[in-house]
Amino acid sequence: MKIVAVCGMGIGTSVLLKMNAEKVLAKLGIDADVEAADMGVARGAAQTAEIVLTSEELAEELGDVPAQVIVIKNFFDLEEITEKLTAAVE
Amino acid sequence: MALNLAEALASIETQAEAADWRAAIRLAGAGLVTGGATTDAYTDEMIAAVEKHGPYMVIAPGIALAHSRPSPAVLTGGLSWVSLATPVEFGNAANDPVTLVIGLAAKDHAAHLAVMQALAGVLSDSGAMKRLAVAGTADEVRAVLGELAAAA
Repeated sequence: MKIVAVCGMGIGTSVLLKMNAEKVLAKLGIDADVEAADMGVARGAAQTAEIVLTSEELAEELGDVPAQVIVIKNFFDLEEITEKLTAAVE
Repeated sequence: MALNLAEALASIETQAEAADWRAAIRLAGAGLVTGGATTDAYTDEMIAAVEKHGPYMVIAPGIALAHSRPSPAVLTGGLSWVSLATPVEFGNAANDPVTLVIGLAAKDHAAHLAVMQALAGVLSDSGAMKRLAVAGTADEVRAVLGELAAAA
């Protein structure tokens, strides 16, 4: 499965989100490739990814993509990430 | 032992006063400049990033990760730490108000991954974050971060 973590710049929030998503995926036993991307790269990457992880503001900016877009409020709340990722892959 | 985040911090300012989110980011930017990590232009780039993309950098309750992208304004890269005496609104419905602003500058997309790992470890430790939020001096912040690194 391909997952893209998106932020505006591609060096800060998306990297943290990728790290925490990988922790959650390992726990859930889901085999997935998580990529951190900025908004420009993400618009392309989101065409082939199954899931996009991002914040509320950026989800609006990203607009319509074929991938399922999951909005994370607290990037350090592993429970929130677990809950939303579990729901998305089911 | 994990990387000690304190060693990656170009500057630490505690219980600072900022009138609004721009002032709060300016403090984080000034910290990066003081530590030799960036030039003043990077501070403007961080503010422009929020103006362009909205306050998404408030990534968890009370925590803003101010940053822009790699640019000529990034000299060495690094982090700055600014805790605020009075919380500031960034306009992020889920995670306002902000009490800690971390300034981040990176030379490229890969160079800072060990630092980000250490940062993620600290920010996800709610017990440590409570102690860091009330730390009154840079030495107190360094002491807590040092303990965390030794325990990790």
